[in-house]
Amino acid sequence: MCMASALDIVRAGRPPRISFVDFPLGHTVGKMFDRAGQLDIVRRGLLGLETMTHAEQADMQPVRWADTGEWKAEEWRKGGAGGKDERKPRDGSPQYQTELDRILAGEG
Amino acid sequence: MQPIEYMRMTRELYESLGHPPYGWYHADTPPAFTRLNKPLSECRIGVLSTSGAYVVGQRAYHYKDDCSIRAIPKTTPTQSIHFSHITENYLPDPRRDPNCVLPIDALRTLEADGFIGEVADDLFSCMGGIYSQRRVSEELIPALSEAFRQQNIDAAFLVPM
Repeated sequence: MCMASALDIVRAGRPPRISFVDFPLGHTVGKMFDRAGQLDIVRRGLLGLETMTHAEQADMQPVRWADTGEWKAEEWRKGGAGGKDERKPRDGSPQYQTELDRILAGEG
Repeated sequence: MQPIEYMRMTRELYESLGHPPYGWYHADTPPAFTRLNKPLSECRIGVLSTSGAYVVGQRAYHYKDDCSIRAIPKTTPTQSIHFSHITENYLPDPRRDPNCVLPIDALRTLEADGFIGEVADDLFSCMGGIYSQRRVSEELIPALSEAFRQQNIDAAFLVPM
């Protein structure tokens, strides 16, 4: 089972089963600290392993990020024409979340 | 409401920035499809997140086609899961709640409830922002396949970021 928030990108890879969650990238299996919502999404995704009957089937999970589609317009403003390339430089050294992580990994 | 067309979005962004088009991967053959041979409640589930998750104490990912993987024990305290991914702009919420992209708490609950047989001992991560399709094919996928094989899983649950 392949979960997906970027449905077109995941579909291009042609996994055997897709469970689509129409949330912004970075929230493929749920909203932050929404334990009940996360559980529902993961449960439904896993259930597809049992219920899907043919290759490349995609289940559209019945979830909404917000009452309006404004978040999608914002995604386009940030990530479409005229937006900013948010990728970090292609640095070949480990990129720790915190400086303490670097020390604890023995790279201090 | 239609899903966002991320491939078109990226194409238009790159055009506006004067970059060459991004070379998205397109599979040219249909996937294999295998039905489970046992109930989900008896299955051992392997997990992969492409979010660049690592456990504090492990080496973080780098941003230059890092094709390595990390094994994240399923008993790992959730707040010990940190992230390094070339698109850090998608990480603010996962860095506060890793479950947004690596659903370790939900999986532990579903295991405890008997909805699935069990989660494999280790969950796996990789850093999904790799530009070399050749290296994904020749390095990352074989490493992940071997890692899943060693975990003796019945089905894989993949979570792209």
